[in-house]
Amino acid sequence: MSTVTVSAVEMGARQREISVSEFFTKNRHLLGFDNPRKALLTCVKEAVDNALDASEEAGILPEVVVKVDVVSSDGAAPPPASQATRFRVTVIDYGPGIVRQQIPPIFAKLLYGSKFHRLRMSRGQQGIGISAAGMYAQLTTGKPVQIISRTGARAAAHYFEVSIDTKKNEPRIFENKKIEWESHRGTQVTLEIEGRYQKGRSSVDEYLEQVAIANPHVKLVYHAPDGEVREYPRTIQELPPQPREIKPHPYGIEFGVLLRMLHDTKSHSLAGFLAADFSRVSHPLAVEICKTAKLSPDARPRNIHGSAAEALFKAIQATKIMAPSSNCISPIGEKAILHGLYKQITGEFYTAVTRPPAVYRGNPFVIEAGLAYGKGPDQVAAPEAPAVPLAEGEQEKDDSELARVIRYANRVPLLYQQSACATFKAVLETAWRNYGIAQSRGALPAGPMVVFVHMASVWVPFTSESKEAIADYDEIRKEIRLALQECGRRLGVFLRRRERAKSEFRRRNIFELYIEEVVEACARLKGGKLPKERLKSQLHKIAAKRTGGARTDEILGRNTGPEGLPHSIIVTPDGTEGEAPALPGTPGDVAPPEEPTPSEPPKARTEKSDVRPVAKAKSVQTKAAKRKPKAAKRTAKTAGRSPKAARRKTR
Amino acid sequence: MARAKPKNTGVVEKKLIGVADTVITAAERSKDPTLSIPVRSLANVNFNEKRGLIEMGRRKQERTFFNVAMAKKFMQTVLVADALAELQRANLTTSLREIYYRTKHTMKSSHENTFDGQNESDPLIEDLEVALAALREELHVRAENAGSVVGPLVLNDDGDRVDCARLGKGGYSVPSIVEPEYIAIQRCTADFVLLVEKGTQWNRLSEDKFWRRYNCVLLTGNGQPPRGVRRLARRLHQEYKLPVYVLVDNDPWGYYIYSVVKQGSINLAFESERMAIPKAKFIGLSSADPDRYGLPRNVGIKLNDKDVSRAKELLKYRWFQKKEWQDEVKRMLASGLKYELDALANKDFRFLTKTYLPRKLKEQDWLD
Repeated sequence: MSTVTVSAVEMGARQREISVSEFFTKNRHLLGFDNPRKALLTCVKEAVDNALDASEEAGILPEVVVKVDVVSSDGAAPPPASQATRFRVTVIDYGPGIVRQQIPPIFAKLLYGSKFHRLRMSRGQQGIGISAAGMYAQLTTGKPVQIISRTGARAAAHYFEVSIDTKKNEPRIFENKKIEWESHRGTQVTLEIEGRYQKGRSSVDEYLEQVAIANPHVKLVYHAPDGEVREYPRTIQELPPQPREIKPHPYGIEFGVLLRMLHDTKSHSLAGFLAADFSRVSHPLAVEICKTAKLSPDARPRNIHGSAAEALFKAIQATKIMAPSSNCISPIGEKAILHGLYKQITGEFYTAVTRPPAVYRGNPFVIEAGLAYGKGPDQVAAPEAPAVPLAEGEQEKDDSELARVIRYANRVPLLYQQSACATFKAVLETAWRNYGIAQSRGALPAGPMVVFVHMASVWVPFTSESKEAIADYDEIRKEIRLALQECGRRLGVFLRRRERAKSEFRRRNIFELYIEEVVEACARLKGGKLPKERLKSQLHKIAAKRTGGARTDEILGRNTGPEGLPHSIIVTPDGTEGEAPALPGTPGDVAPPEEPTPSEPPKARTEKSDVRPVAKAKSVQTKAAKRKPKAAKRTAKTAGRSPKAARRKTR
Repeated sequence: MARAKPKNTGVVEKKLIGVADTVITAAERSKDPTLSIPVRSLANVNFNEKRGLIEMGRRKQERTFFNVAMAKKFMQTVLVADALAELQRANLTTSLREIYYRTKHTMKSSHENTFDGQNESDPLIEDLEVALAALREELHVRAENAGSVVGPLVLNDDGDRVDCARLGKGGYSVPSIVEPEYIAIQRCTADFVLLVEKGTQWNRLSEDKFWRRYNCVLLTGNGQPPRGVRRLARRLHQEYKLPVYVLVDNDPWGYYIYSVVKQGSINLAFESERMAIPKAKFIGLSSADPDRYGLPRNVGIKLNDKDVSRAKELLKYRWFQKKEWQDEVKRMLASGLKYELDALANKDFRFLTKTYLPRKLKEQDWLD
C-alpha cells in the first residue's frame, strides 16, 4: 500500500486566492447563464435593467431600443432565428451616458457599481450583471463587449471594446476611440453571445412585454431576431418619484455589520454614532439604547467590541424603534399598473392595489398586486361555435385554463423559478374560490386571468444571485396575500355583478323560450284550434310585467360605473369604465364617456381577438384607436337595446 | 307500443286538455297560469286508522309559470300533458321512458333541452295522475313487468288463457296494468296469497312447488313490489277473499315493503284506495325469528347508519304505532343486526319451504 504524502509546504504552494471572475466563470449558472436560451434572456435583461436605472436616476424618461440579431459564425448566410446559435444583442438608451473613465470597470469588472453600498431601490443591486454578461460573451464567442457612450451634445462619443481579465477581475481594453454617433446622449452596449431564441414562456419577448407592463413610463422598441419590430409605447408621461437613499435600520443589521460600522464611523460618541448612522434613531433614543446596554453614551465607538458590542446589539433588538421610512421606495402605483395591464393584456376587468409600506428584517418594502381578468370584449362578443344540443349525461365544456402569474422585483420581471417564489406561494394560498374563481387544491386559480405581483424594496431578498425568485419571508408573504385578497375582492364584486346581469337576461330568456313551448303544446292539446299568436302575446305581456320590464336594463348595470371598485377598469363591448388610460394614437380631445353621442352609428368591432400579447407596434395603434369611440357609443346602445340583441350577448 | 282496449276515452283526454285551458284562461285574464298539484309527501298524508289506509291530504302546491324556479317545470308539465293526450287519441299505451323521449327536444334558438333526463319527466306524470285524479293505467302509461306469479290461478290476458299452474318454475310475469279491462281472473282455487320480497326466495318456493302443497298463489315484486303486483294481490284479496301474507327480509326496508302492501305508500297515497290490503299479514322474517328458529348470530348483518335512521323513522310513522310493531322494530335495533331471507339457507337449502313457512302457518305466527 503506497501513499503519496504531501507536506504542508507543498499544499501551501497550491493554495491561492480565487478571483470573483474565475469563480463565476466556473459557476455561471449562479448568474443566470445555465443554458443558451436563458443566457440570451439574461444578457438582454442585464443591459435593459442598467439602461432603465441610469435613465431614471438621471431624471430622464427612459427610452430603450433592444436589438437581437442572428450572427453567422463562419461567414455563411445567417440561419433562421429559431436555428441560430449565435446572437448579437444591442441595447441602446438615451439616458445620461457614462463618463469615459468609468466605462471599462462598469462593463468589465465584476462587483463594480454604484448600487451595492446604497440602501436605495433600484433594479440592479450588486454590480455583477452586465459584466457577467460580458464575461459570458467572452467565454462563448471570444468577442469583447462594445460600448458607445456620450454624456451630452457637447461631449464626444466614446467607443470602447473591453473584456475582462478573469484572473485579476480587471478590465482589459482593446479599443478606445472617439467616434461620430447620431445620438446626443446615451449608451449603447453590444454583446455577441452564444444563445438560443425561442418564443413563449420565459423568452426575451415575454420579458420585454412584462417590462412594458410594469414600466408604463418607458418607451421600448424591440427588434426581434426574426425581423419583427415591436413597439411598446409610453402611456404615463412622468417619471416615478425618485426613491431616496436611506441609512440602514437598526433592526435589519447583523452583528458583524454592526461591528464594522462601529469601526468605520466618523462619530466620536456611541450615542452620536447610533443617531447619525441609522435611520429612525433620534439622540434620546440612542441614549436609551446605550442605557439598556449599560454602556456610556459618550464611549468611543471604536472601543466597543466583544461583549460590550454584543450587549449593544441585544439592546438594539430590545428597544422599540419606529419602522423605517418608506420614501426610499418608489412603488409603481395603482394607476400605472392599471395602465400597464390594460395596455398589454386584453381582458374585461383590471384592478390594482398598492399596499402601505411594511418591513422585513429592517428593510422597508411595498407590495403591489394587480389583476387582469377575462377574455376581452372582442372574444366575448365573437360568435360562439354553433351550439349542439346536449345528449343525456353530456355537459357543457368549460375551459380550465390556469391563471398566469407575472412577478416583479423592483420593476424587473422574474421569469424563472416561479414555484420557489414567495409571490407564487402567496397566489396559491389565497382562497380564490371566495371571489368566484375556481381553484383546485394546491393549484393556481383557474380562469382567463393574469395575476401581477410586484415587490419594491431597498433590498429584495432573492433566493439566488441570478435574481429569479423572492425569498419567502413571512412578512413579505403576508403583504402579498393581503394585496391579492383585495384584488380578489374587487374581482369578486365584478364577477357577481356580471353574474347578476347574466341571470337577469336569463330570467327573461327562460320565459321567452318556455312561452314558445307552452303555446305549442297548448295548441296541440286543443287539437290545433287555438289562436297561437294571441296567446303568445298575452303571455309575453305577463312575462314582461313580471320581470320588471325596463328596470332589468338598469340592473344590468349598463349605466353604473365601477363604483366601490377603486383603481379598476371594466371593459365591456359597449365601452370602458374606470381610469382607463388614453393609449397613444388616440386624439386627445375625446368626449368623456358620459356625453351621449347618439348620432354615431354603432359598428361592430372587427379587431382580431388574438392580439394578446400585442403582436406588433401597428396593432397596438389600431387597438388604441378603436378602443375610444365605442366608449361614447354606450349610451346610444343602451337606449335602444332590443331583447334580441341582449340575448345574443349572453348566449 | 301495445294497443289498449277502447274504454271511456274522452274523459281522461278532456282532463288533459284542461291543462291547456288553464293556461289560456289565465292568459286571457293576464294572470299567471297556475296548476295546483296535491303534495306528495309525508306531510300531506293521513293514516285512516278505521280503514287502515294511508290517504292523501288536501294540501296542494301551486305550480306557476312566471316564477323562475318553477317555469321550466310548468313548461315540462304542459309538454307531458300534451304527450299523454296524444296517447289517448291514438289509443296506445307506453312506458315512462318513451314519454321522456317523446317530450325531449331542443328549444327553439337555444341549446337547452326540454328535459335533460328521465328523472325530470317521471315525477311530472305522477303529478298529473294526482292533479287530474286519473290513474296511471287510465293515462295509458305502464311500467316494466317487474313481478312474477305462480299458482292455481287462471287469467285471461288479451284473449289468451293463462294458467299459472302450468307455467313451470318461471311463472307468469305480472304486467303493470292488471285492471279487469286488461286482465280478467277466470278462476282461482288458492287458499291464500304469499307475497315474497325477493325473487331468489320466490324461485326457491316455486321450484319446491310450495304453492301446490299449501295451495297458494306465489307472488314476488323483486324488491319494492310494483303497482301491477300490488294490484293483483289486492284483486285476489278482494275478489276471492284470500288472505295475503308478506314475506320480506328482516330489515327496515322489509318492514316498509310490508307497510306499503298493507296501507299504501306515501308517494302514491292517492292510490291506496285501490292498492292497499289492510288485512295483509307480516309472516316474516321477524326480529324474533333468529331466536325462535335458531339462526346463528354470524349470519346476521350489522345495521348500518342508514338502516338505523330508517328504522327510527318507521317507529314514528302513525301506522307503525301498534305495540307489537314497536316491539318488533325495537328488537331489531337492540340486536343491531338485520337478516336476509337467504340466511335461512344456513340451516338447510330447503329450510324455508320445509320448516320455516309450514311452522309459521301452523302456529299462525304473524304480525298484523
